[in-house]
Amino acid sequence: MSVIMMTAKEVTQRVFDKKELFILDVRNEDAFQDWKIEGQNFEYLNIPYFDLLDGVEDILHQIPINQEVLVVCAKEGSSIMVAEMLSDAGRDVSYLQGGMKAWSEYLEPVKVGDLKDGGAIYQFVRIGKGCLSYMVVSNGEAAIIDSTRMADVYTAFADGIGAKITNVFDTHLHADHISGGRTIAARTNATYWLPPKDATEVIFEYQPLEDGNSVTIGNTTINIEALYSPGHTIGSTSFVVDEKYLLSGDILFIDSIGRPDLAGLAEDWVGDLRETLYKRYRELSEELIVLPAHFMIIEELNDDGSVAKKLGTLFAENHGLNITDEEEFRNMVTGNLPPQPNAYQEIRETNMGKITPDEEQRREMEIGPNRCAVR
Amino acid sequence: METIKSNVTLDAKGLACPMPIVKTKKAMTQLEGGQVLEVQATDKGSKADMKAWAESTGHQYLGTIEEGEVLKHYLRKSSAEETAEKKHPNVINNEELQAKIASHDSIVILDVREEAEYAFNHIPNAISIPLGELEGRLNELNKEDEIFIVCRTGSRSDLAARKLSANGFAKVVNVLPGMSKWTGDSVSLNL
Repeated sequence: MSVIMMTAKEVTQRVFDKKELFILDVRNEDAFQDWKIEGQNFEYLNIPYFDLLDGVEDILHQIPINQEVLVVCAKEGSSIMVAEMLSDAGRDVSYLQGGMKAWSEYLEPVKVGDLKDGGAIYQFVRIGKGCLSYMVVSNGEAAIIDSTRMADVYTAFADGIGAKITNVFDTHLHADHISGGRTIAARTNATYWLPPKDATEVIFEYQPLEDGNSVTIGNTTINIEALYSPGHTIGSTSFVVDEKYLLSGDILFIDSIGRPDLAGLAEDWVGDLRETLYKRYRELSEELIVLPAHFMIIEELNDDGSVAKKLGTLFAENHGLNITDEEEFRNMVTGNLPPQPNAYQEIRETNMGKITPDEEQRREMEIGPNRCAVR
Repeated sequence: METIKSNVTLDAKGLACPMPIVKTKKAMTQLEGGQVLEVQATDKGSKADMKAWAESTGHQYLGTIEEGEVLKHYLRKSSAEETAEKKHPNVINNEELQAKIASHDSIVILDVREEAEYAFNHIPNAISIPLGELEGRLNELNKEDEIFIVCRTGSRSDLAARKLSANGFAKVVNVLPGMSKWTGDSVSLNL
């Protein structure tokens, strides 16, 4: 029997297609409990590789025969070892190329829609970590919003479609992932925009992004309008693109809302968060399509893998937008918060330019789920 | 940097998972029960895995020290000591010892675990003499003192208490269960 290498892209396709997949995760239990590959029709078995050093005979009866089996570990090495043992025992199994490290870093570009005067908007789904970033393309120019650390992916994608990156935005100072915005801007000579209220401690040059700013991409009129929407951070800014898409950053998600505590000021910002969600957003057209900077659960994905829903639908269905009592809202977003993302303080400092960890350290800092929301 | 004593050192530097654990497992078979293995690795993931592997196999994970790029993991091979019958008659429990420490200016506590175990976590001012060295170091102790002997689970300290009694120490007390359940003040390596 042969051992087959499966790429993160191939696993992503199975997630999008809601395929069945049996995942044998051979990382230690804590790592598995904390974070794993999510799929609506995936089944799991977690047995640490170090419990299998003497052989896989004891677990063979737990591995299905008539189903696709994927062995997963942190970086790949242990999953190859276990997959080979299973293969020797007569099973057809695959292993995940690059392990959870590759899973954490994989970005799948999904076209969300066309723009009025030509051009398109793409969503980059970071399937393993739930981060969503965007590229707005028009007439040979591109803007990137909330880019992840994997700068190469965006520059290669832009090259592939023949677009020049002219503007790079971060809706806020991220605490869950390291922004690639500065790197991309430096590499392409693009303008890097950041809300000044989130940038008081940054030690690099940036273009202040403020309420009412309007940036044109391409020579058609695709406007990126900034909308000040504090709450997750004091500077958090949303964008309305092409009068059709609302890029909500970490303020509003499909099935949850942003948490106000990651910069340490939950009590101070809960009022801003409510004001943004219950007043500012209410004044916008319900026809706008909300494109958030994260998804939390795999069920938030649409059939094509995109994460997007009409604002009107969210007003009706998102629990966080339907809490009439202010006190109850306050309690929900300040009490009962999920654990904070891994290394979020170091990630913030990296995004401020205060520390410059090496590639391997950056990778380690981002391990795990993002946890930017409250439900 | 404090050096920690081990019986065997394994070089797993530059190796990626699963090799550090594969080599550790192999090296462990060469050790005698109760001996300490130092594993030097550069794979960052090896720390969580060493700990989890030790727990799943019954070995004792003592701790990890980081020196630049190198992670030094310390593990103690499991032995049958936990199940051994304890025979020294004079015993107190952890809580009683904790109360004595709180109410007395100075009491003598003898820690008979391996130096590496002691290094990662011990009661303040406890004297460290590993059980295996006790015979030759009796002169470091005072026969007139009341001596509270502690180890991880009370078995090695039982052997030590009997040894001291046989050598004319009159007031020797075994602490049960010992450091495995110790909740009082302790000195730990800053990990």
